[in-house]
Amino acid sequence: MTELKDLEITYDKPNWCPGCGDFGVWVSLKNAIVQLGLNPWEVVLVSGIGCSSKLPYWVKTYGFNGLHGRPMPVAEGIKLANHGLTVIVIGGDGDQYGEGGNHLLHAARRNIDLTVIVHNNQVYGLTTGQFSPTTDIGEKNKANPNPIMEAPVNPIEFALAAGATYVARGFAGDHKQETELITAGIKHKGFAMIDIMQPCVTFNHKNTFSWFYERVYTLEQEGHDIKDKIKAFQRAEEWPLRRPLSEGEKEKVATGIFYQEDRPTWEDVTPQLGSTPLVKHTIDNRDITLLLEELM
Amino acid sequence: MTDIQWLIGGEAGYGIMTTGVMMSKVFTRLGLSVFDYVEYPSLIRGGHNAYYVRASDEEIYSQRRGVDILVALNRETIDKHKSELSQNAAVIFDPTLVKVDPQELFSTILQVSVPLLELANQVGADRLMINTVSVGSSLALLYSDFSVLEKIMQDVFNKKGEEVVLLNINTSKAGFDFVQKNFQNKFFVHIEKQKQKNLLIGGAEAVALGAIRAGVGFAAMYPMTPINGIMTTLVAQASKYNFVIKEPEDEIAGINMAIGASYAGVRSLAATSGGGFSLMVESLGLAAQTEVPLVLVEGMRPGPATGMPTWTEQGDLRFVLHAAQGDFPRIIIAPGDLLECFTYTLHAFNLAEKYQLPVIILVDKYNMEGHSSIAIEEFKIQDSRFKIERGKILSDEEAGVQTDYKRYVFVEDGISPRSLPGQKGGIALSGSDEHDERGLYDEEAENRKKMVDKRFKKLEMCLPEIPGPQMYGLEDAPLTIVSFGSTKLPILEAMKWLAKENIFINFVQVAYLNPLIPDQFNSAIKNAKKTLVIENNHQGQFQGLLREHTGFVSDDHLRKYDGRPFYPEEIVEKVKAMLSS
Ligand SMILES: Cc1ncc(C[n+]2csc(CCOP(=O)(O)OP(=O)(O)O)c2C)c(N)n1
Ligand code: SF4
Repeated sequence: MTELKDLEITYDKPNWCPGCGDFGVWVSLKNAIVQLGLNPWEVVLVSGIGCSSKLPYWVKTYGFNGLHGRPMPVAEGIKLANHGLTVIVIGGDGDQYGEGGNHLLHAARRNIDLTVIVHNNQVYGLTTGQFSPTTDIGEKNKANPNPIMEAPVNPIEFALAAGATYVARGFAGDHKQETELITAGIKHKGFAMIDIMQPCVTFNHKNTFSWFYERVYTLEQEGHDIKDKIKAFQRAEEWPLRRPLSEGEKEKVATGIFYQEDRPTWEDVTPQLGSTPLVKHTIDNRDITLLLEELM
Repeated sequence: MTDIQWLIGGEAGYGIMTTGVMMSKVFTRLGLSVFDYVEYPSLIRGGHNAYYVRASDEEIYSQRRGVDILVALNRETIDKHKSELSQNAAVIFDPTLVKVDPQELFSTILQVSVPLLELANQVGADRLMINTVSVGSSLALLYSDFSVLEKIMQDVFNKKGEEVVLLNINTSKAGFDFVQKNFQNKFFVHIEKQKQKNLLIGGAEAVALGAIRAGVGFAAMYPMTPINGIMTTLVAQASKYNFVIKEPEDEIAGINMAIGASYAGVRSLAATSGGGFSLMVESLGLAAQTEVPLVLVEGMRPGPATGMPTWTEQGDLRFVLHAAQGDFPRIIIAPGDLLECFTYTLHAFNLAEKYQLPVIILVDKYNMEGHSSIAIEEFKIQDSRFKIERGKILSDEEAGVQTDYKRYVFVEDGISPRSLPGQKGGIALSGSDEHDERGLYDEEAENRKKMVDKRFKKLEMCLPEIPGPQMYGLEDAPLTIVSFGSTKLPILEAMKWLAKENIFINFVQVAYLNPLIPDQFNSAIKNAKKTLVIENNHQGQFQGLLREHTGFVSDDHLRKYDGRPFYPEEIVEKVKAMLSS
């Protein structure tokens, strides 16, 4: 039985800004690990660089804090080497939708059994508030006084189109749902992407907790069918907008599971990954005599 | 003595490559010493391909100038290569496909006009198989027994079924019979079968075999000349040896996957050329910073940018030495010949794990895509000598009893024991930020200094197992060549030629380029009289490196940067000029 205290580290504590949405994700992730009864030593948290990517420092599981945008392929390598492990990727919207977008695309299509949790605060936190790929159109901030007129990435549509088999959006202001989404994502056999709206209280003065509270609704309430990909796209299309908001218009931000599907994983279609993980195979005394003789 | 160079030329897409290797195999089976070298543009159809196979009953190391048998599958081949023909060369061509004016070739040249297409058609083969007819024809000029080729066809095409085997035998036999009937004893060379038992191997294959033997568990490669052969060889063996090879979305993914797999406890390999390595650079530093073992092959070709994708150069030496921000240790090994491609790969995997750092195997198009015949015994000896050494990895039991495990604990030799994810008791963080012993970010001055020292300490610890430069030739010589990497091949060839003229020079090969140990180098050249540094780049990157680390100033240098390897002729000429001045 894993308890919350087993996941606590004693020698350090999170240094996110007070009130940062990252705290919510941190708590929910630990809850999910406890609820799933995972052994902490069989969980690897792999992150990139950003405020959000510091999370592995503060959970007592294995952790690998790699490069900005590159945690995904590290996680893929870990999973292929030892597919018995639970491997979870942690990144920000810059990390996953900007620098690491190509890796996200390909991990999704391969359907490798990973869970990626994207802390989507719609800014670059660690580098002090620059626009990110998900910054709302028309936004201005201290770093960028001119409004951004680029349409944002729609992470849900991106993941759906790429072939992710579990696609969800959470909100750091709703721990209960967040925990459920992460739990289900980890349980899901295949590539799970959870985009979590995570207000950055320091640099994003628009998409705040209260902004979200006024706009979120759950897909479950609306009776959304998670097997229906077309409907999932329709719901995803509601937000973010690719145009400035019209007069009197108010966004609707759907949360919950958009889509889930059963499809063979990358591990399933890699015959070498049977019941024994690669790391457990003996490598001593591989006999290459035949290979040499074939060259005669 | 027999020493012939055979060349097949034709349009890309006509099986020039397979025919070349086939011919090399024929010579190898006949017990001759073989080296082959191919020139081709970066095109799939339409460009000119030229495959040189040199064979001798004396040991040879490289290609040379001059062509003794030219197989011209198209007219362009004659135009491009007729100036290379030796005095008594033979030219094999199909007069219906290639118009040759009887006057255009010297009268001493044997014109072997063979109806390649008609012969192919007669046995039910199509135009794409005229190359196979030409192999038979070439053999008949040199050797009177077809059975050697028949056996090769069986071995090579066995997997494709009886029908394919038969078609290939019949097609090559048609060419053989025609030439035997019409040109018997017309050619100036006749091969005697030798007893030597060699295998024929390409450098890329040799690296792949090394990786397999060394226990590679995971490999990631995004295709790029000249390392594709490593990929092909590994893919074919993955299920047999239970390892995984994946084609990632790009080189950044490739190296990071390899880092992830290695972190999880599996020996991992990434391979690329300069362009892909450019993308990998930041992650090379990640491996160093997280102290994750990594073996990386960098196959050089002429740059910058796309450069000349299918040609050769040694222009990335400085790049691999300095790539990535920051100051961190790495090991760089440049195999010269194709046996070294195997043995140094074996060593690279041990070094990476024992010292928990990145090891780069620096090769180039010339030694990756060329083939050599090498005694199978040589491989077997290296194979039997090799022991896997994994360094400090905690066993499950050792990890289990840890109460406060620190991944980067300061220890005297700088090498902290690794735990592997999944091990109870070994929980730790591996971080790309500067970190403390636990892996937690730490920017304190004292910790930073200690961590940098710790990482460099590992490089110091590996010194005892870094072999010094290899000396070829007699200690006492009027001239010493100093070089690295694949240039070893034409250098050895040139030395052999010079020795026949009673000029006995020697050669110092530096294979371990980082760490480069000054004492080792200095003692290797302490008796050198005149010195000559040979390298395949414009700036003299290697010469500069030697100067930097050892203070060595060479008397002269020979450099080349036209995308072609050195020819022994060029080296002989340079040496003679130096000796007579
Ligand atoms: C290759 C590279 N480019 C840029 C950076 C600088 N950098 C660090 S974090 C970051 C963006 C952080 O934004 P995000 O990923 O959304 O995470 P957040 O801090 O908002 O949680 C950037 C650009 C870097 N570390 N590496
Ligand atoms: S800058 Fe923003 S994202 Fe970063 S810790 Fe502070 S509130 Fe959180």
